[in-house]
Amino acid sequence: MCGIAGLFLKNRALEPELGAMTAGMLSVLTGRGPDSAGFAIYGSGMPGFLKFTLRGPAGFDFGAMAAALDVGFSVHDDHAVIGVPEEREGRVRAMLAQKFPQVAIVASGARMELFKGVGLPDEVCRRFGLEGMVGSHAIGHTRMATESAVTIQGAHPFSTGPDQCLVHNGSLSNHNDIRRKLVKEGMVFETQNDTEVAAGFLSWQLREGLKLDEALGAALGTLDGFYTFVVGTETGFGVLRDPVACKPAVMAETDDYVAFGSEYRAMADLPGIARAHLFEPEPSKVYFWERAA
Amino acid sequence: MSAAVAASGVVVFDLAASRLRDLNAALAGLTRETNFAAWRVENPRGEHAIAVGVTAPVSITVDGPVGYYCAGMNDGADVTILGNAGPGVAENMMSGRVHVMGDASQAAGATAHGGLLVIEGNASARCGISMKGVDIVVKGSVGHMSAFMAQSGNLVVLGDAGEALGDSLYEARLFVRGKVASLGADCEEKEMTEEAAGILAGLLRRADARAEVSAFRFYGSARKLYSFHVDNAGDY
Repeated sequence: MCGIAGLFLKNRALEPELGAMTAGMLSVLTGRGPDSAGFAIYGSGMPGFLKFTLRGPAGFDFGAMAAALDVGFSVHDDHAVIGVPEEREGRVRAMLAQKFPQVAIVASGARMELFKGVGLPDEVCRRFGLEGMVGSHAIGHTRMATESAVTIQGAHPFSTGPDQCLVHNGSLSNHNDIRRKLVKEGMVFETQNDTEVAAGFLSWQLREGLKLDEALGAALGTLDGFYTFVVGTETGFGVLRDPVACKPAVMAETDDYVAFGSEYRAMADLPGIARAHLFEPEPSKVYFWERAA
Repeated sequence: MSAAVAASGVVVFDLAASRLRDLNAALAGLTRETNFAAWRVENPRGEHAIAVGVTAPVSITVDGPVGYYCAGMNDGADVTILGNAGPGVAENMMSGRVHVMGDASQAAGATAHGGLLVIEGNASARCGISMKGVDIVVKGSVGHMSAFMAQSGNLVVLGDAGEALGDSLYEARLFVRGKVASLGADCEEKEMTEEAAGILAGLLRRADARAEVSAFRFYGSARKLYSFHVDNAGDY
């Protein structure tokens, strides 16, 4: 099982609605994944600054941490987003590791924020305030765990590079082998999860200079197993299904947006859906949309 | 339950106002002699298992896209879906007719024993998988592994067929007008006999499909993967 919801806006007038639209889609997909949920949302960035999404233990004092790091911050339940001047990225990472080992860096990038938690999707979205979030594209996931335990670490999306995230419905069979190879290439993995390996593979390909659509093409020849992936970068949105294509996928495209849902039900409330071009993405075919930053 | 009988005699059931379970219970409770011969289901919103297991010869129009297994196990109803259908539309149909006005997802008509499934658009992977006597007419194309282990019945495709068409085929007949990406194990092209051409012509007529019989190629089982004996040919 597992449910995926993705939205990539073409019409900027819809940006204030992005969080609410995504939350609605994830709620419908509860039946496909009630264990845990998560989402990445690409909001506005600030030139010269990076966003770090952090996760701390319950009740953690993010304010004191931000003061010690001398950065701006906003708190979302047990997550917080801090704004880090680009030139201080290395120092902030080092300080976090030394002084705040109980805080995990969930993701980083110019625009992406990433939140995930254990529990029903509605509850997870409410805790983080997804409904009020604004942005250009968002990717969310509702998880029914199969390959690793029900933990925050195992929840999707996975991020293994700046502004990069990936969600997965399915299971991979050669992830241990690929992980070993990627570790030799210098990639770092936080979990034993199969999906993190897929994310890491794409990040590695992007690091090597490939574009997202090319990296997805390379994934077809490398990753073995069942998958429907939806991936995001700072300006791009991609979809890939394995050649057997057991895992469901429906897409809707209008002049205003591209939407992905594991089931059409998740998209039934989107504006203008009755006139959308609805289609099932084909197996082994890379789908990719990009917009100017 | 909120169903209303329109002046036309059509029972209108709005799924935005009442539960799917009530709709399916109402449909399952119909006898073959029912006076409620026409139903319209509004606001399906991609829900799963709409109008499953209907055994009365009624007509049901579903006004929009549906999720998994719509009209599954249909036995005699005439179901029209005004939109796309999710996985397993008309799966295990016994008799009747299911008409999808849009595209169908994977496993359309899976394991169906009888009746006619017409898909105006495309069907994705595994269309007619393990079909056991149903007639399926797809006016667009079908995805990979269509008619996998198909046992009997007819699959007509006006567009193209994906990889491994008819893999491990038993005695179903497959007619494709467009390109076939590849044939599955034990599936081979057959000579279009008069009997096959007649079956195809009849299906095209019943599905209101405008296509020439001569434009199709006919595929069937090479009968090397299973214990076929010609004396039993009449049993299929």
